[in-house]
Amino acid sequence: MRDVAVIGIGMTKWGELWDKALRDIFVETALLAIDDAGVDHIDSMYVGCMTSALFVGQEHLASQLADYLGMGPIPAARVESACASGGLAVKQGFLEVAAGFSDIVLVSGVEKMTDVGGDQATYALSTAADQEYEGFHGVTFPGLYAMMARAHMHTYGTTREQLAHVAVKNHRHGALNPLAQYPFEVTVEGVLSSVMVADPLRILDCSPITDGAAAVILCPLDMAKTLTDKPVVKITGVGHATDTIALHSRDDVTTLNATAKAGEAAYQMAGKKPEDIDLAEVHDCFTIAEICVIEALGFIEKGKGGTAAESGLTALGGKIPVNASGGLKAKGHPVGATGVAQVVEIVKQLRGEADKRQVEGARVGLTQNMGGSGGSTLVHILEVQ
Amino acid sequence: MVTPARYWREIPQRYRLEAGKCTRCGKTYFPPRLVCACGAREFEIVRLKDEGTLQTFTVIRVAPSQFVDEAPYAIGIVELNDGVRLTAQVVDCDVEHLEIGQKVKVEFRRIQTVGEAGILCYGYKCVPV
Repeated sequence: MRDVAVIGIGMTKWGELWDKALRDIFVETALLAIDDAGVDHIDSMYVGCMTSALFVGQEHLASQLADYLGMGPIPAARVESACASGGLAVKQGFLEVAAGFSDIVLVSGVEKMTDVGGDQATYALSTAADQEYEGFHGVTFPGLYAMMARAHMHTYGTTREQLAHVAVKNHRHGALNPLAQYPFEVTVEGVLSSVMVADPLRILDCSPITDGAAAVILCPLDMAKTLTDKPVVKITGVGHATDTIALHSRDDVTTLNATAKAGEAAYQMAGKKPEDIDLAEVHDCFTIAEICVIEALGFIEKGKGGTAAESGLTALGGKIPVNASGGLKAKGHPVGATGVAQVVEIVKQLRGEADKRQVEGARVGLTQNMGGSGGSTLVHILEVQ
Repeated sequence: MVTPARYWREIPQRYRLEAGKCTRCGKTYFPPRLVCACGAREFEIVRLKDEGTLQTFTVIRVAPSQFVDEAPYAIGIVELNDGVRLTAQVVDCDVEHLEIGQKVKVEFRRIQTVGEAGILCYGYKCVPV
């Protein structure tokens, strides 16, 4: 297996991009990544996208996007694992390079979510749950995470204010990210007085509906040093695991087993422990999600996740900054793009290009991207060489 | 999306709470499966208990398309007295005063209406006892 490096990154401003088509958003970011890497071609590409069918009525996406990128007839595949589709695309690109099938691979994630109305978007996202035994009864994604939040509060004494502190922290970080959809700060009082979506979660506990894409260029580590004079970032750990997609089928709804398993696999492959990680981008689709994720990744003891944002442990300047980019909460969550954008942020940080939100001296970064209520998770560990 | 073929197929679960019990290890699956986590492939069909306890819940205020007219409604994870857990709406109650640990019974109710013909889909909901 060959070592794999990230040599190019691309991301544009996320938001409600009504005047742009899915293919335009994809091509813009892909070109940024290609130019950043300084390559003149790619050998193959993977695209993470959750449901272009339900959001824009388009399948057969990878071939269309390869064509619009001007790269046909290269092999191109779209991969899907709900909101972890982007993370899965990163893994597939890693395998493609590691196995020697391709040298230069474009990995992109894209989602165009605002072509449909709010209730249709809620429905499209709910297809990541068990449609016959959860969706049939009217459960939504905020609803599933709300049930996790209520159980976490009941079992561990996590407070409503502690949930709010996750949103406050990530918006504080996001305010430093010019590409974020919502680059502004919020207050605990603002979160607690925002509209209720699914008790106890309010609108400011939720990541938004977003149009956006992100892209990275992967190549063999040996080749990276000849292609770019920027700091080379190596993917040293890859973890991937699954869990039941129906929340009710898990023994404990506050424990993200797939994240724990994927984390263990990535730590083992990289030869790292949680305390070796300098910063992490994790899947805060809802405030409670970040709390459960940092517990599953071993950044904090099980049950204590609620204290992390409030105490500053996971803030910029803290022991383990989490979601320096603003996270899904402030940066936005175009579902299929999120896992790739997390890698973009970690590479920026490890190269020292993160400007006002730079984590000083960052050498080792981790990304965690999950699908549905935790039924799939990808964890990647990246290190600057 | 519920279609007539899918709805017909799921009638044993929706109308009668039929589950599959592994004849080797005794684990019960709802809905029934073809293979157990223990590796066995033989199951007997059992009917689930229709009483249980609310494990966690929420009140949906922003609903998916087909439930928009019903919001706000409570939905929760219920552990039935035989240990099987399922997701169901909790109805005939004040949704603002539900609590974890609430005892409930499972009742046969209308769940949703689908398609231009307005096909009625029935199934289970929970009611506090």
